[in-house]
Amino acid sequence: MEYFSIIIVSIFVNNIVLAQFLGICPFLGVSTKVGTSLGMGAAVTFVMAISSLVVYLLQYYVLEPLNIGFLQTIAFILVIAALVQMVEIILKKMSPSLYQALGIFLPLITTNCAVLGVAILLVQKEYNLLQSFTFAVSTAIGFTLALVLFAGLRERLELADVPKAMKGIPVALLTAGILAMAFMGFSGLMKA
Amino acid sequence: MTNFQIFTKGFVKENPTFALLLGMCPTLGTTTSSINGMSMGLATMFVLVLSNIAISLVKNVIPDKVRIPAFIVIIATLVTLLQLFMEAYVPAIYATLGVFIPLIVVNCIILGRAEAFASKNSVFKSALDGAGIGLGFTLSLTLLGTVREFFGSASVFGYKIEALQPYGMIIFVLAPGAFIALCYIMVLFNKATAKIR
Repeated sequence: MEYFSIIIVSIFVNNIVLAQFLGICPFLGVSTKVGTSLGMGAAVTFVMAISSLVVYLLQYYVLEPLNIGFLQTIAFILVIAALVQMVEIILKKMSPSLYQALGIFLPLITTNCAVLGVAILLVQKEYNLLQSFTFAVSTAIGFTLALVLFAGLRERLELADVPKAMKGIPVALLTAGILAMAFMGFSGLMKA
Repeated sequence: MTNFQIFTKGFVKENPTFALLLGMCPTLGTTTSSINGMSMGLATMFVLVLSNIAISLVKNVIPDKVRIPAFIVIIATLVTLLQLFMEAYVPAIYATLGVFIPLIVVNCIILGRAEAFASKNSVFKSALDGAGIGLGFTLSLTLLGTVREFFGSASVFGYKIEALQPYGMIIFVLAPGAFIALCYIMVLFNKATAKIR
């Protein structure tokens, strides 16, 4: 039940993009086609899942025993940057087809604040290892969901007759606002 | 470019929020009120000025290949300093801004200025650039925060406007309001500055 509530809350109620405003850059930048959004979502899910485990071990087996919790920010960002590089190298060797599919999205993830945000949040919420993993994966699914829905809307928006001043980013923001309003409907589902 | 131009370009021409669309996460996430928006802007400005100074000081020492990781370590160190400082002196604001303070590390404005300006220019010019862009970011965040606070809870900088109290639209303080308010401010900004840019 506890895990079920983590999953529902982090996908729908506390959606990372539409309710917590993390990972807005790829949300506005990448989501113009459904296909690319799925690629980005897959890459983020992959990195977030691995980084949640590494960050958990780092926090509770290195930073806390040594009493250097204040180094959290530096340690986390270095680990995530190194991890993204490592995942890229390993994928290139092990599964060239997956590497091809994820392609340019992998290096972009280092600057995605959602990954570092989830790392900090799972320590703040004092989750155990399995809960952290569940939290990271379902947050990434929520991210993918928001990206894909938004890409679908933007594909339609291309054909719409938008006032000149609203073209491009402003109308995308307005659409995101309405999508966020729709997601607020989920807040009655479960307590965050 | 004169020193004056370096300082003022962040206000309109290269305004990080409305013209360059950088650092959108804190822009949307922390501007529930004028005070919050302003604190977030000032915190980012603090890191931006110091990181620009530090990076332009060591720009000749860092090998070109590892410059991005080196920049990130410098920025992360400054953010840690800021975190400790804010936790000690302004704990209330630190608690409100929450996860967005450590996330200054991945704010693209700071890495962008380091790469585009501080790694090529003198210390004084880099400091000026950091202050200008930081001030532009602070002004945009304060403006967005003020608009959201005014429409959402009918107050400005925490002062309640009694006559308007029954008309506050709570949606502006919640998540959707951030997107909608930013959209309309951006439209007005583009209209107003079309000639200057």
